[in-house]
Amino acid sequence: MAKLTFRGGVHPYDGKDLSKDKPIKTIVPKGEMVYPLSQHIGAPAVPVVKKGDKVLAGQKIAEAGGFVSAPIYATVSGTVKTIEPRRVVTGDMVNSIIIDNDGLFEEVAYTAHNPEKLSKKEILDLIKEAGVVGMGGAGFPTHVKLSPKEPDKITYVIANCAECEPYLTSDYRRMLEEPQKLIDGMKIILRLFDNAQGILAVEDNKPDCVERLTELTQNESRIMVASLKTKYPQGAERQLIYATTGREINSSMLPADAGCVVDNVDTIVAVYHAVAEGKPLMNRIVTVTGDAVNDPRNFYVRIGMNYHDLIEEAGGFKTEPEKVVSGGPMMGFALFDLDVPTTKTASALLCLTKDEVSAMEPSPCINCGRCVDVCPGRVVPRKLAVLAEHGDEEAFVANDGMECCECGCCSFVCPAKRQLTQYIKSMRKTILGKKKKA
Amino acid sequence: MFKVSSNPHIRSKDTTARIMQYVVIALLPTTVFGVFHFGLHALLQVLITVATTVLTEYIYDRCMHKKISIGDFSAVVTGLLLALNLPPSAPLWIGVIGGVFAIIVVKMLFGGLGQNFMNPALGARCFLIISFTSIMTNFDCDAYTGATPLAAIKTGESAPDLLDMIIGRTAGTIGETSMIALLIGAVFLLLMKVIDLRVPGTYILSFVIFIILFSGHGLDINYILSQLAGGGLMLGAFFMATDYVTRPVTKNGQYVFGMFLGIMTGIFRIFGPSAEGVSYAIILGNLLVPLIEQFTKPTAFGKKKVKKEAV
Repeated sequence: MAKLTFRGGVHPYDGKDLSKDKPIKTIVPKGEMVYPLSQHIGAPAVPVVKKGDKVLAGQKIAEAGGFVSAPIYATVSGTVKTIEPRRVVTGDMVNSIIIDNDGLFEEVAYTAHNPEKLSKKEILDLIKEAGVVGMGGAGFPTHVKLSPKEPDKITYVIANCAECEPYLTSDYRRMLEEPQKLIDGMKIILRLFDNAQGILAVEDNKPDCVERLTELTQNESRIMVASLKTKYPQGAERQLIYATTGREINSSMLPADAGCVVDNVDTIVAVYHAVAEGKPLMNRIVTVTGDAVNDPRNFYVRIGMNYHDLIEEAGGFKTEPEKVVSGGPMMGFALFDLDVPTTKTASALLCLTKDEVSAMEPSPCINCGRCVDVCPGRVVPRKLAVLAEHGDEEAFVANDGMECCECGCCSFVCPAKRQLTQYIKSMRKTILGKKKKA
Repeated sequence: MFKVSSNPHIRSKDTTARIMQYVVIALLPTTVFGVFHFGLHALLQVLITVATTVLTEYIYDRCMHKKISIGDFSAVVTGLLLALNLPPSAPLWIGVIGGVFAIIVVKMLFGGLGQNFMNPALGARCFLIISFTSIMTNFDCDAYTGATPLAAIKTGESAPDLLDMIIGRTAGTIGETSMIALLIGAVFLLLMKVIDLRVPGTYILSFVIFIILFSGHGLDINYILSQLAGGGLMLGAFFMATDYVTRPVTKNGQYVFGMFLGIMTGIFRIFGPSAEGVSYAIILGNLLVPLIEQFTKPTAFGKKKVKKEAV
C-alpha cells in the first residue's frame, strides 16, 4: 500500500526558489577537462588512450574495469595532455585523464536505435557501454542495477523524482523541460521487466511537474505518477520504496528484494540517450546556487568541467562564501577548494555565505529525543553517537548502527548542535572497511 | 580555503538555551499566580532559589575549571521548579540549601547537564522533605491555614470547593495549586513542541484508571477531579516527568514510563501514609529509565520483515 510518506524526517528551509524558475543554460567548456577514473561505485575504469592521443567528443577514453564499473567518454575534442592523480570532490586524489579542449567540439557519429526493436540484452549492453551510473549521487553502475537475478520478480520501477534535498532544482527543471525523455527512458527500462509497473515519484512541492507528467502519461497503462508528501529524506531509496509501495527493506537488502528498481531522473534520461540515441553519458544538469552566487541557476554541463567555470557562469561570487558544498546541504561534500572537476554524480554546487555548522558549538546532549523522532531508519542516533565516540563496534552494530543511511536528520535537528551524523558515519566507515578486508 | 565539515551543512534553529527559556516562560503563569496568591514571601523565595542555583553552577564551573554553562538556562529551570515545589511560608534558607543540593549533588557531580539520572529539582525537594520534614509539610501561611486539599480528602475532612482547587485558591506549594495556570503553561510547551503528550498523557490516564479501580470511590467525578487538581500532579506530569534528561528517549519507553508514574502515584496517594506521591513516583521512575530504554529499543526500518522471513 502506498502511504506516500514515511515516519520521521525533517523540513529544512528549502531554498529552491533561488534557482527553480530559471531555464537550464548550456555551458560551453574551455581549457582543460578532467576525467577521474572513479566516478562510480566499483572498480576504477581503465584508460584506453595515452598521452598525446587526439580524441573526439563522445569517444571512449576509459573502459569498465570489471562488471561493477563503467566506461568514461571524452566530452570535448582535443588532445590527451596526461594521466595523473587529481583532487575530486571527496578530497581524495584519483587517477584522472586530462584532455586539452581544442574548442572545436568535433563529435563521433552516434547510431540511433528504435528501443521497441531491441532485445533485453541489447538494451542492457547499450546502457553498459554508455557508462550510465546512478546520477543522484551514489554512482552505482546502472546496468548492474537493471540486471537483478530474477527480473520477472520486479514489480515496480520507481523513478526517483523526489529531489528532497534543499536548494537542488536540477531534477525539477529536467522534468519541466524534457518530461518526454524521462517517460521514454522509463519505457525503455520497463521493457526489461515484463511484470513491472513504472512509478514516477514526485514530491508534492512540485505540483507543476506532477500535473505535466500525469498529462503525458495518460495513455501509458504501465506508468503512473505518485505525488509524495514533501519531507526530507523522501528521496532516500529505502524511504522512497516504502512511500510508494509500502514495502520495507533494511540495509542488508537490495531494492530488488522488495521487487523494486529505483533510478534517479537524470539516470533515466541518460538511459534514454544511451539506448534511443546511442549517445554515451557526457552531460548532466548541475544546480549552482546558494546566497553567495550572483545568478543561481541550473546548467547543462559537460562532465569534466572545472567547478571554477561553473561559478563563473553563475555570475561569480556576490560575497566570498564561507562554505562550498558539492551536492545538497543535507548530504553533500564540503569542498575546501573549487579546483575539482564535474563528475557523473555531481548534482549541485551550493555556495553559502555563512557556515551554520562552525558557527554553533556542540554542547552536552540533553536527551531531548528529537533525533529519535526524526530518524527515518528508526534507530537511536543519540546512543549510536555515544557508542561511536567510545569506539564500541560490537554495541554499535547490536544497536542497528549499520541501518543508518547518513541522511543527516539527527544532526540537523539536534538543539545541542552535536555532530551525530559525523560520529555515526565515521564508525560505519570503519566497520565497513574492516568487513571489506576480511 | 572554504570551511569543511561532515554533512549536514545546515542546522535547525532550536538550541538548548531556547528550549530552557520556553520552559521558564511556561512556568511563569503558575509562578505569578503563586506570588499573588501567597504573597511577597513567595516571590522572594522564587528569586532567591533561582539565584542560588545559577550562582552555584557558576561557582562550581569556576572551581572545577570547566566552561561556564549557566548560559544554557538549565539552572534557571531547576531553581524555578524547586521554588515552585516549596511551601509558601518556608524560610528562605530552605531554598538556598535545596538549590545548592540540586545543582551540586544531583546535577554537577554526575557530570552536569544531560548526565544527571534524577531530576535535580525533585531530588532536592525529596532531600528537603526528609531532612526538614516539619518545615516542608507545613502549608500554613498568611493566606491559608490547615491541610492541603489532598490531605483533607485523605483524612476524610471536607475537601475545598472543586472550582477553588482548579483555579488554585487552596493551600499547597508555591507553584502547584493552580491547575489552570499550569495547563496554560503546558499548552504553550505543547504548541512550541518542547514536550509532547506521550509522558504526561499516559501518566494522567493511568493514574485516573488506577484510582477508579483502587481508591474505593469508583467513578466519582468529583473525587477524580480533585485528585487531578490537588497536589503536585499537574506540575509533575507536565513539567517534571517530561524533563528530557530523566525520561526515556524511546517512544515506547515514554509510554511505559508514564504508565509507571501513574501507578506509583496512585499507590503512594491511596495506600501510603502521605497524601502526596508525585515527587517520589517521578524519582523512582527516573531510576528505571536505563532499564526501560533497554527494553523499548525501536525496531530499525525494514528489520521486522527479515525476522518474519527467517522463520
